[in-house]
Amino acid sequence: MSYEIVVRPHQQNFIDWSTDKPKVLVLSADLTNSCEVAKWRDTYPDRFFSMGMAEQNMLGFAAGLAREGFEPWLHTFSVFLYRRPLDQLQMSVAYPSLKVRLVGFLPGIMTPGGVTHQAIEDIAIMRAIPNMTILEVGDATEAQSVLDVAHTIDGPVYIRQLRGEVSRIFPADEPFIFNKARILSIGTDITLITSGVMTEEALRVVPLLQEHGVTISHLHISTLKPFTDPAIIAALSTAKHGVITMENHTIVGGLGSAVAEIMAERGMGVPLQRIGLKDTYAHGASQKFLMSEYEMDAAALVRAVETALGRKLNILETEIHAQRAVDVHSSAKAEAL
Amino acid sequence: MSDYSAKIVEIERVAKGIRRRVLEHSIANNGGYMSQACSSAELLSSLYAGILNFAPVAKPIAPPPFFGVPEIGVHTYVTGQQFHGEPGPNFDRLISSPAHYALVIYSALIETARLREDGLDHFNKDGSTVELIGAEHSPGFETTTGSLAQALSQAGGIALGRKLKGEQGRTWVFMSDGEFQEGQTYEALQACVFHGLDKLRVIVDVNMGQCDGPMETVMGIEPLQDRIKAFGWEVSVVDGHDIKAILAASEKITDVPHMILCYTDPVRGLPLLAERAPVLHYLRFTSADERAKYEAAYKELIK
Repeated sequence: MSYEIVVRPHQQNFIDWSTDKPKVLVLSADLTNSCEVAKWRDTYPDRFFSMGMAEQNMLGFAAGLAREGFEPWLHTFSVFLYRRPLDQLQMSVAYPSLKVRLVGFLPGIMTPGGVTHQAIEDIAIMRAIPNMTILEVGDATEAQSVLDVAHTIDGPVYIRQLRGEVSRIFPADEPFIFNKARILSIGTDITLITSGVMTEEALRVVPLLQEHGVTISHLHISTLKPFTDPAIIAALSTAKHGVITMENHTIVGGLGSAVAEIMAERGMGVPLQRIGLKDTYAHGASQKFLMSEYEMDAAALVRAVETALGRKLNILETEIHAQRAVDVHSSAKAEAL
Repeated sequence: MSDYSAKIVEIERVAKGIRRRVLEHSIANNGGYMSQACSSAELLSSLYAGILNFAPVAKPIAPPPFFGVPEIGVHTYVTGQQFHGEPGPNFDRLISSPAHYALVIYSALIETARLREDGLDHFNKDGSTVELIGAEHSPGFETTTGSLAQALSQAGGIALGRKLKGEQGRTWVFMSDGEFQEGQTYEALQACVFHGLDKLRVIVDVNMGQCDGPMETVMGIEPLQDRIKAFGWEVSVVDGHDIKAILAASEKITDVPHMILCYTDPVRGLPLLAERAPVLHYLRFTSADERAKYEAAYKELIK
């Protein structure tokens, strides 16, 4: 299991995609290079608007531009799109259901920038906002094809976007499809629901679990709201021993909660285990370190499967496929953040 | 200097109508944003009856009943902008920021024959769009600004969008002075200059009062003119009850955004209200005696 690594998947793709879409604008809050849109700015200087470090105002400007028929694509780190400017996001953008695209980078614990830069509860908050659509990409193919998906939605869209060195897990000709889970494997012992980079993490060990005789329905989720794909309900209803969710987010209010809501509403009587940050903030360190520290990695998935089955599988840590460690100082990123 | 005399007579009539309607409503309903009417009557009447270049409406529009909130993909949504006439590249737009002035704005719309005469009968009634705090379905509102200090950014985006489309109409924002306590206002001030929004106009009711009382006791904002100038804006300071001065300031052509600070008297035209000082934000009678005094003042006003 090794994937093609795509360097800066958003950068040129977004430029090419925007060529024939003159209403597409970019608003940036001083993280232009870090969000892979510096070249976009240089290519389309008349459609790029620097808003400075002032996100509350940026959301208001975006709302006004959208009302005038433009399609602003805001690029900044995820945290800065919803924490400080939440009221502006809600009253200026979400309430009127404007076509504003919020492209959020560094979702979850993907940055050594620490607690101020880690969007760990963004999905929980965005899920509670009426009119909001939430998309999360899990690989380079989705990072590129998410543009078409967001573009067609007649309302605000929040995207958990990836940047830098990104694995291509899904074939380039199998694009992101709105509100449709990717069924990665089928089985009846365990139903495993993963999103974002957690899918790549889970895939380190799913084949090994299967070799140990565990059958798994594994779904990759890229549309978190709406969360109404019948394939999800079908997969949940076949789980004999339990359901496990894995998210790069707090377990409160995100993917795990969305799955819990479906299971409770339908009376699905199997245990649910949610892998993610257990109602805690994190700190500045590498993604690999944090995933291990907060029990969000492949080893944590093995333990969850064992709990669901009620027996040990005797899988050694050394058997788990090596994790792709992203170099913090990669030249594919503008800075170490 | 233009000859304003005919225009001023009409604006004065509208201003008087605003005060009368808000007082009438406050007496009938034992409550209302009365001081806002007293402070902004000339400002809003100057806007609606003198300054704004709006498309006409065929006849005063009846306020629609509440028809639901905006939703993904729902294009049938009509904002309160319809009361300002069909928008067009050469027409002005008005974004009202302090939605708490709704009652005053509705009154201005009635006085300028854009909202039907009985519009205030629906004010704050269940199922009505003539809401207490205007939202974008309410007459005269095209955005949702009840959480204060968001309108200038929204209008900045609208003005930028209009600039990109080459439109010549101006985008006006009506603000209250309390909003200069919010940080977002200053973010917007810098961005509007940075992006060269020369057709953006802001007019402010500087009545120096807010919910808790006089602004100087809550959080001072002076020297306001110097602050705004420091951001690169053109600023005019006028007596907010001097219609001629407001009109003259409104005609200024600038290559940067222009702001008119209208210093106003929150009890102008209703001196009785001064008895409630220093807290004037909302008028609710405390006794039958007080109500009787306002009824007497009303009779005086309609003479």
